[in-house]
Amino acid sequence: MVFHATLQGERYRFDDLRTLLAKASPLRSGDELIGVAAADPVERVAAREALANVPLRAFLNEAVIPFEQCDVTRLVVERHDAASFAPIAHMTVGQWRDWLLSYEADEAALAAIMRGLTPEMVSAVSKLMRNQDLIAVARKVRVVTAFRNTQGLKGRLGSRLQPNHPTDDARGIAASLLDGLLLGAGDAVLGINPATDSIETGMVLVRMLDEIRRRYDIPTQSCVLTHITNTLAMIERGAPVDLVFQSIAGTQRANESFGVSLALLDEAHQAARSLRRGSVGENVMYFETGQGAAISADAHFGVDQQTLEVRAYAVARDYAPLLVNTVVGFIGPEYLYDGKQIIRAGLEDHFCGKLMGLPMGCDVCYTNHAEADQDDSDDLMMLLAAAGVNFLIAVPGGDDVMLNYQSLSYHDILTVRSVYDAAPAPEFERWLQRMALLDGQRRLNANAPLALPGFMDE
Amino acid sequence: MSESRPDPARDPWSALRGLTHARIGLGRAGDALAGADVRALQAAHAAARRAVHATLDPARLSLAEPFIEVRSRAPDRGVFVRRPDLGRRLRAQDAARLPHAPCDVVFVIADGLSALAAARQAPGVLEAARASLPGWSLGPVIVAHNARVALGDEIGARVGARCVVMMIGERPGLSAADSLSLYLTWDPKIGRMDSERNCLSNIHAHGGMTHDEAAFRLAWLLRGARTLGRSGIALKDDSMTAQLPPGTP
Repeated sequence: MVFHATLQGERYRFDDLRTLLAKASPLRSGDELIGVAAADPVERVAAREALANVPLRAFLNEAVIPFEQCDVTRLVVERHDAASFAPIAHMTVGQWRDWLLSYEADEAALAAIMRGLTPEMVSAVSKLMRNQDLIAVARKVRVVTAFRNTQGLKGRLGSRLQPNHPTDDARGIAASLLDGLLLGAGDAVLGINPATDSIETGMVLVRMLDEIRRRYDIPTQSCVLTHITNTLAMIERGAPVDLVFQSIAGTQRANESFGVSLALLDEAHQAARSLRRGSVGENVMYFETGQGAAISADAHFGVDQQTLEVRAYAVARDYAPLLVNTVVGFIGPEYLYDGKQIIRAGLEDHFCGKLMGLPMGCDVCYTNHAEADQDDSDDLMMLLAAAGVNFLIAVPGGDDVMLNYQSLSYHDILTVRSVYDAAPAPEFERWLQRMALLDGQRRLNANAPLALPGFMDE
Repeated sequence: MSESRPDPARDPWSALRGLTHARIGLGRAGDALAGADVRALQAAHAAARRAVHATLDPARLSLAEPFIEVRSRAPDRGVFVRRPDLGRRLRAQDAARLPHAPCDVVFVIADGLSALAAARQAPGVLEAARASLPGWSLGPVIVAHNARVALGDEIGARVGARCVVMMIGERPGLSAADSLSLYLTWDPKIGRMDSERNCLSNIHAHGGMTHDEAAFRLAWLLRGARTLGRSGIALKDDSMTAQLPPGTP
C-alpha cells in the first residue's frame, strides 16, 4: 500500500508501511546506517502526518516482513485476538494516540486491548508520541509478575543486582553481590553475565547464588545469563536454575544469529517451569532486548530499528516472562548516537513493552564511545521511574568491570526510590527489615560488610 | 579521597577490594554516592572519552622503518563512530596510492576506538612480532586512521599480502583506555566475515596481555593459518592450547 502526505505545499510519497514507519521514526543513527531514516526533518513530520491517517486495520493486512520469511510475523498473526482488537478496530493510528492519552483509556481498558495489538501498531503509535506521552500512557499500564517475590506492583521499583567479574571469580562476584544486597538491590534478580560460555562455570555460579540465597533466606531469584542451550544443559545436570535467560530480537534471522528459535524457547520454558522453584509465582523467563540488535545481525529487512525491537516483544510475551529489559545504551553510537537518542529509545521501549503486556525493565547505560554520560543516565532513570518501570539494573559504582560499560549504581537505585517514594518488592522489603538493613524510615543503613554475617566466609 | 574513603586500616571493605576491580563499598552522601567516588568515575570516563577522540600521530610511534599512512572513508571521529561501514573502506586516493608489494604478512597500526592504545601498544607488539617471525616476509607498515577491523581486508588485498594483521585500539573501558587487539585475517579481501578472523585482545599494561605474549600467540596463529590455508573459527580452538613461554600468566 502506498501512503501520501502533503506538508508545506510539498507532496510526499511512502511506498509501503515499512518505509512509512521508518521515515516517521525519531532520528537515530541505526536507521541512518541502513539508509531507512527520513531524508530531513520535514519528511519525517510528513511521514507522521501520513501515519496518523493509517487505519489500525491496515496493520493486519500488510506485514513489514513477509509471513513466509519470518516466524515472528507468523507468531504475531497467529496470536492476534480479534475480540481484544475490536474496541480500537475503527481507529486510525492518530486517533488511537489520542485515545491512549484519554481518561477513558484506564488500566482496565488498556489491559483489555493488549492481545489485539501487533508490534507494528504499537511501534507506529509511539512514533506519534512525545516523550511525556510515552510516560503518561505507560504509567497507566501495570504488569505484575512473580517468582519468589512480586514485581511490578504500584509504588514499587525493582532492581537487578549485576555483580559481574571479568574472570567469573566466585569471591569477586560475592563481594559485588554483598555490596548490592546491603544497598537494597536485587529483588528483581541476582543476575550474573558470565565472562565465559562454559557450562561448568555456569554451574558453579548458579550454585553459589542459590547457596547464598538459601543461607540468608532472601526472597528473590537468581540467574546466570548464559545462552539458553547452556541453561538447558545446566537444568539437565541438576543445577538450581530459577530463571531461563535469553537475548532475543524481532526477526527469525536475528534470533537464528543468536542461536535461538521459538521451539528452543518453548523447550526451555517448559524445562524451567517443571522445576517448580517459584514460591509466589511461576514466571520463569528473563529476556533482554535492545534496539539495533537485528541490524547488527544484518537481519533487519529494511525495517527501522524501533519497530524491530517491538517485534521482539511479541516473541517475549508468548512466554509470560518474569522480567524483560532493554539494554538501551549498550549497543553503541552506530545505533543510538547520544544521550538524546538513548533516552528517547529507553522511553519508547518501556512504553511499547508495557503496552504489549510485558513486565518491562531497563538497563540504563552507555558505552564510552557514545555521546552520553551519567547525567543522561540520571535523566532516563528518573523518567523511567515516572513512567512506572518495573525494574532497573545496577552494578557497583555504575561501572561494569566485565562488560566495560556504565550502568546505574546501587546508590542510584536508592536515589530514584527515594525521589519517587518507591520501595522494592514487598517480600524483599520485609527481608531487608528482618535483616535490619533498613532503618525506621525505610532508609538503607550504612553498607557495612558485617551487616550480613559470614557472607564472605568460604 | 578523605571525604569518602575511611582510613584503609579501618575500612571494613579493604579486604574485599582485593577480590575485584568493581567499585564496591563506595561512600554515601545520603542515598547518593560520595563526591570523591563520583569524581573518580568521571575522571576515568574522561580518559576513555579522550582516547576515543584522539588522533593517531605516526611521528610519535617512533617506528624504525618507513610507513604508509592511509585513511578510511570516515572523514572525522564523529562520522567514524556512527558509520562503521565507512571505516571499513579506504579513501579512494589512498587505495590507489598503496603499492602492490606481495609479502607474507602486512601489519596495520589502526586507531580503531582508541588511538591511545595503538600509540602505546602497537610499536612494541610489532617489534616483538618481527622477532617471532623469522623467515616470514613482511610488507610495509601501514598506519590507518578512522579504521575498523575490516579495513585491513582492503589493505591486505591491495598490497598482495597472504595475511593481514590489524593492530587496532579497542573500545576504551574505565579501567583501561589503551587496550589493543590484534586481528589476523588470512587471504584478505573485501567481504571477509568476522568468523574468518582470529583475535587476540586485552593487550595493555594494567594486568592485560604483554607485548611478548601477544607476539608469541600471534606467531602461533600465523603458523597455524599458513598450515590450514585459512584463519577463523577452524583455527581458533587449537590455538589457545599453545604452550606459552615460561613466566607468561
